Amino acid sequence: MATASVLGVFAHVDTTLQAIRDLRAKGFSDLTVYTPIPVEEIEHEVEKVRPLSAVRLFTLVGALTGTATGFFITIWTSLKWELVTGGKAPVSIPPFVIIAFELTILLGGLASALAILILGRLPRLKPSPTYDPRFSVDRFGVAVACPADRIDAVQAVLSTAGAEEVRR
Amino acid sequence: MSAPPAQSTTAPAQATWADVNRDVIRTIGMPREKYFAWLCLVALVLAAGASAWAWQIWVGIGAAGKRTPVMWAMYITTFVFWIGIGHAGTLISAVLYLFRARWRTSIYRGAEAMTVFAVMTAGLFPLIHAGRMWFAYWLMPYPNQRYLWPNFKSPLVWDVFAISTYLTISVVFFIVGLVPDIAALRDNATGYKRKIYAVLSLGWEGSDQQWRHYRRGYGLLASLATPLVLSVHSVVSFDFAMALVPGWHSTLFPPFFVDGAIFSGFAMVLVLILPMRALFNWYPYITDKHLDAMAKLILVTSLVLTYFYVCEVFTAWYSGDHFERASVFAKASQQYAWAYWGMYFCNCLVPLVLFIRRARTNAVTLYVISIFVLIGMWLERFNIIVPGLAHDFYPYTWGTYYPTITDSAIIVGSFAWFFLLFLGFIRVMPSLSIVEVKEVLPHPLKHAASHGGHH
Repeated sequence: MATASVLGVFAHVDTTLQAIRDLRAKGFSDLTVYTPIPVEEIEHEVEKVRPLSAVRLFTLVGALTGTATGFFITIWTSLKWELVTGGKAPVSIPPFVIIAFELTILLGGLASALAILILGRLPRLKPSPTYDPRFSVDRFGVAVACPADRIDAVQAVLSTAGAEEVRR
Repeated sequence: MSAPPAQSTTAPAQATWADVNRDVIRTIGMPREKYFAWLCLVALVLAAGASAWAWQIWVGIGAAGKRTPVMWAMYITTFVFWIGIGHAGTLISAVLYLFRARWRTSIYRGAEAMTVFAVMTAGLFPLIHAGRMWFAYWLMPYPNQRYLWPNFKSPLVWDVFAISTYLTISVVFFIVGLVPDIAALRDNATGYKRKIYAVLSLGWEGSDQQWRHYRRGYGLLASLATPLVLSVHSVVSFDFAMALVPGWHSTLFPPFFVDGAIFSGFAMVLVLILPMRALFNWYPYITDKHLDAMAKLILVTSLVLTYFYVCEVFTAWYSGDHFERASVFAKASQQYAWAYWGMYFCNCLVPLVLFIRRARTNAVTLYVISIFVLIGMWLERFNIIVPGLAHDFYPYTWGTYYPTITDSAIIVGSFAWFFLLFLGFIRVMPSLSIVEVKEVLPHPLKHAASHGGHH
């Protein structure tokens, strides 16, 4: 069945929260919630049904890659020219820890930024049909994807919860 | 929702979310003539600095006044100074973020921009100092015909890694923080500006899908930047501490450098934020509470620094080492004594004024103290580097360094470079974080009573 989307625009945190709860209770689960800032209460409600964001996996893999690269490049290049410098053995770990540490942070940080882009599906080339410029100022949006024959039900839920404006 | 007391004291009660958008967006756009006048002045100074650099490349590094034994002079002094300036920005944006210090929100964007520009300024100095900067890439490990690799046991190579990591992570952190704010600018702009901001905002919409990964990623970036900021100046201090020069070879250096960095960085934040507050009329966002908090941090870091100074002199005396003692004595009494006592005056005595409560919220007093702190911290770096080298083990090699017009012009030019970048930034990007300032304002609620607690 064809799906349609309905957007409710809210002015308050509590009414937005109410709408999300009511929609979930009625069985509508395909929601997109727009907020100008991350709001803890809304985040809590939305995240209840989801696994934890996978950004941390990216960070971990990036950071460990950095550590490994740091030790590899320092040890491997030292073995290429086995020269005693400063009275220290060619492979002396303490100074190499610094390089490994810096690369851990570097690649860990870059991987985290990459994760924000990949997992958040950024960059987004075309604006979503349900986006409204007010969502970057002081309005909250709840967009519901639902079967075409249930649009009226969704609209009713959004209005009852206190939406300022409901549109298809 | 009943706002916790900390929230209502740091944020003005009357400002709404829409006010924040309006007050930030009005700072962007076509500025008045006065702004261009400043821009021209700064660009002129920068041009003088760039000409001096060109001259130095043309005639050789001798133009910088560096002579044996003082082969590290004002360039390295200023390099360490600028790296230090950057630290306050990362402290505000990463460390205070992790500690959930809410007062940081209205100053963090300006401070973070300062960090990026300060590190960009600092990064020029190793190139200027090394002379033939077109060979700078030799410091990077890359495969070459002769199988030559950098010496990873050298503190100078650690420095390359630390500074380039710091610059990269600061830039990434800065850009990640800017994305949702640029989206707000995009939604308000028209015409070609809208197109530019649309590209820069990466199509950000603030959907739950975007925020959930963003928030995670931002927290992780902050947790990575925290050990980084502490490590960067420690690694910079290794440049000195790993050498055997009297007055340099000390385990005290890493914490000493980090503390000094935060101290000078906060002074620079005040130097930038106070005029911005007045020009942009941001009194509702940057309140006395913020100034008080920054002043207290300057005071604390000043006291810690004083402790380190005492420690430095004490360890020189207690070590029983003749050369260590002679080095301190020479610093305090010989040709560079003015810098030594000037440093004590600016860094230890002047900030004591901040014990007075009214001084901590008075813009003029804070500004004057900040300038003193910046001068004092520059002198501190000078005192470590120049007199240290000028008076080492062997009387025959003692010497005095005299600045030249060339290196002085480059130093002054570096300040122009920094201010040019900052002036440009505040007119095209939001220098107050739209998202983060809203976070500390009361959230809009329809039924205030129905949601009692805030967790």
